[in-house]
Amino acid sequence: MSEQWLIRGVTVAGGAVGAMDVHLAGGDIAGVGTDLAAPGARVLDARGLVALPGLVDLHTHLREPGSEDAETVETGTRAAALGGYVAVHAMANTEPVADTAGVVEQIWRLGQQAGYADVRPVGAVTVGRHGKQLAELGAMADCPAAVRVFSDDGDCVADPLLMRRALEYVKAFGGVISQHAQEPRLTEGAQLNEGEVASRLGLAGWPAAAEEAIIARDCLLAAHTGSRLHVCHVSTAGSVEIVRWAKSKGWQVTAEVTPHHLLLTDDLAAGYDTVFKVNPPLRTRADVDALRRGLAEGTIDCVATDHAPHPVEAKETEWAAAANGMTGLETALRAVQAAMVDTGLLDWAGVADRMSQRPAAIGRLSGHGQPIAPGAPANLTLYDPAAPAEAVDPTTHASKSRNSPFAGMALPGRVHATFLRGTATVLDGKVTR
Amino acid sequence: MNRHLISAADLSRDEAILILDTTAELASAAGRPIRKLPTLRGLTVVNCFYEDSTRTRTSFEAAAKRLSADVINFSAKGSSVAKGESLKDTALTLEAMGTDAVIIRHSASGAAHTLARWVTGSVVNAGDGTHEHPTQALLDAFTMRQRLSGGERGLGLDGVRVTIVGDVLHSRVARSNVLLLSTLGAEVTLVAPPTLMPYAVETWPCKVSYDLDTELRKTDVVMMLRVQQERMSAAYFPSVREYRRRYGLDAGRMALLPDHAIVMHPGPMNRGVEIAAEVADSPRSTIVAQVSNGVIVRMAVLYLLLGGAGEGARA
Amino acid sequence: MCAMRPEPGHESGAAQPGSWKAVLTPEEIRRALSRIAHEILERTHGGEGVVLLGIPTRGVYLARRLAERIGEFEGTPAPYGSLDVTMHRDDLRLRPARPLRRTEVPPDGVDGKTVVLVDDVLFSGRTVRAALDALNDLGRPRAVQLAVLVDRGHRELPIRADYVGKNLPTAQREVVRVLLTEKDGEDSVLLGERDQ
Repeated sequence: MSEQWLIRGVTVAGGAVGAMDVHLAGGDIAGVGTDLAAPGARVLDARGLVALPGLVDLHTHLREPGSEDAETVETGTRAAALGGYVAVHAMANTEPVADTAGVVEQIWRLGQQAGYADVRPVGAVTVGRHGKQLAELGAMADCPAAVRVFSDDGDCVADPLLMRRALEYVKAFGGVISQHAQEPRLTEGAQLNEGEVASRLGLAGWPAAAEEAIIARDCLLAAHTGSRLHVCHVSTAGSVEIVRWAKSKGWQVTAEVTPHHLLLTDDLAAGYDTVFKVNPPLRTRADVDALRRGLAEGTIDCVATDHAPHPVEAKETEWAAAANGMTGLETALRAVQAAMVDTGLLDWAGVADRMSQRPAAIGRLSGHGQPIAPGAPANLTLYDPAAPAEAVDPTTHASKSRNSPFAGMALPGRVHATFLRGTATVLDGKVTR
Repeated sequence: MNRHLISAADLSRDEAILILDTTAELASAAGRPIRKLPTLRGLTVVNCFYEDSTRTRTSFEAAAKRLSADVINFSAKGSSVAKGESLKDTALTLEAMGTDAVIIRHSASGAAHTLARWVTGSVVNAGDGTHEHPTQALLDAFTMRQRLSGGERGLGLDGVRVTIVGDVLHSRVARSNVLLLSTLGAEVTLVAPPTLMPYAVETWPCKVSYDLDTELRKTDVVMMLRVQQERMSAAYFPSVREYRRRYGLDAGRMALLPDHAIVMHPGPMNRGVEIAAEVADSPRSTIVAQVSNGVIVRMAVLYLLLGGAGEGARA
Repeated sequence: MCAMRPEPGHESGAAQPGSWKAVLTPEEIRRALSRIAHEILERTHGGEGVVLLGIPTRGVYLARRLAERIGEFEGTPAPYGSLDVTMHRDDLRLRPARPLRRTEVPPDGVDGKTVVLVDDVLFSGRTVRAALDALNDLGRPRAVQLAVLVDRGHRELPIRADYVGKNLPTAQREVVRVLLTEKDGEDSVLLGERDQ
């Protein structure tokens, strides 16, 4: 049952200039204008806030089933809501792997029960994510979970023939393959971006070419088969150039970047602090700059968190033994503000596009990513860009895990409220239940 | 990092020379009837060796014992570590036992850094993965100073030309030596096939060459690194024969060296691969001296870390 | 490594006094050393088997001067050297690790010899105790004697000097500084008050 809300004095990203009132009723946006009347509605004073269409994450790890010590669908979606997200795509590297209709349906139901955000499970491309045999992609698409995004993320679909078949096969139901681009032979035992820092630290290098080579190959395959391709967590300047080239050809290639790759560089690994260990690895300043420009111009279509929670013991080890990954749902919007808005590279309309509209389009998520206008479902994020910059404290996060690379770093802004089909999941920066 | 010795880069020029000078003093004590000194009496030094290394472990053990410290050997085989105990739990155990210094050797780069976060004592890096092995670089520098400038106190290695040959990419000895030698004013040249040169080596304080014969003619020190045969299967070089032909130090190449030049090797050697037997056994070779200097250098390091009121020493 | 620091030259007193008073002139120092040399020769049957070991830093210069004086009187100089006591000190943990000084023993060693330890100032006696331990590691002398330029009292151990240049009663808080030409450019013994 959704509530009735009157949001007063908010700036609508990409909307008309000036403070607006937004009226939510019956799960939809009932009206947008000045001096709206809405008797019986709860009033939210949103002066100084920016209203974004509810954020959609194309890449999250909710860890359930299998690694509930790190995160569950409930805690993960709670974290998502606090980050301003109304929909998340849950990656398939669970245990058991989400490679059948049964498993994806289970995850989808867990999301519904928790009720904090819509969970759209991602289906594995291959059985067990072993990269040998296609999983039953059609069954996953047809089941109530309605899978449209397929990915072996964590691993690359390295076999070119298998990747070609997968790209072709999902055309039948409007699916997209989301590739984790990492040539396995070039990255055996790799620990950190292959560069000056890794060389000095004695850590096996992770060459940029291992990512770029796969992206180039897959773009060509997607062109040849007339399919859609989505590239996960682009991390190098070269990758941005390849995606730019593919798009210039009119090929259906989309790409995402993580908040941490927009802000952090490999020299942070100098003290071997494993909170900075991630796949793909942090790269150089030049890569960060190219990624920001790519996102600003739309070559990179969206920001996706790759939220990767890990329990303490998986990270409190020597570098080589530590798990890869960083949490990101609760800090994503703040990180994007710091990297893109405060630097003048992107305005709030652009943020709405990259963090809601385009991810929803890529995932074929109807009901999400729509402009804030009467008739649209009431999926909304209210954000305060002027909140004083505060150091990130992972011990206060809703995620079960604490592996945030921003711990101790000051990030601007604050998510004030999140609305899922007219119901507030977050108010005044806290979950409502 | 002040109370630890984890990287050769931790040492300033003055600190490095202090270690060498302290070693020189202790070296003269080594010839005396009573070689044991009471200086670290009552302190506990733990050898935490996750990788097998009898040579380095006994070197540290001898050094600690000659300073009258209590030594506990904790090796990976057959211990709780082999049963999967984490580095963190090992650290907590060491803390609970009251450890003043931990000597750690581990197969993962950065293990010494990581351990240092969890212990209050001093951490001495005895080799972490392919990262560093600072006491090896110190004993190498001491040996060079001893053989080339008569061991005079207060001197660095200014202007000394050192050529390091072999699998630099995977060598923690090479990394520590490049850092320490450049701190001491030496000129370092690395020689290896391109596949065994580290990425971005041009940012290191040294020169790079692929031509061993040219470099041998103008060097004061040639340091040969061990090359592992497993590297062949990862396509670093095609065959042992080709490696030996292009980068091995045999008698013919040794004849190219200037008269005063010395041949060094951190050990263990692959006789017949990177170094010929007759070279290893020649008068130019300092390999045996390196081993005995190793004990004394480690005594100097332990004394300077633990012998006073440092942050890590217990009252 | 902050557990140790290279020291330019350690002094036996910490704070710098406000003003110094000279208690021994260069001439007095010269006469005192001559007298000590004569005394050594008297008590050791003409310097037979005598080895002078100075405790660094200034004890070493004094030992050399004594060795040369003995040489002037007897024709051949006495063997002399230095004995660093750092590793045997009992107060190591109170300060950052000190740099080691030189230990140089004459070729005939110390076994069966009469070793005369030489230092500039005798105070608590702990340095001499450390020197006795260090000497023990070198060998077994027949006898050990102690020569100091200044004895300022306040012994904390049962240690006494065999040869004393000057007995100088002092207060605990006072500082005694010995300057020698070889190191400081002049010969002098100064007494000062420790600044608060």
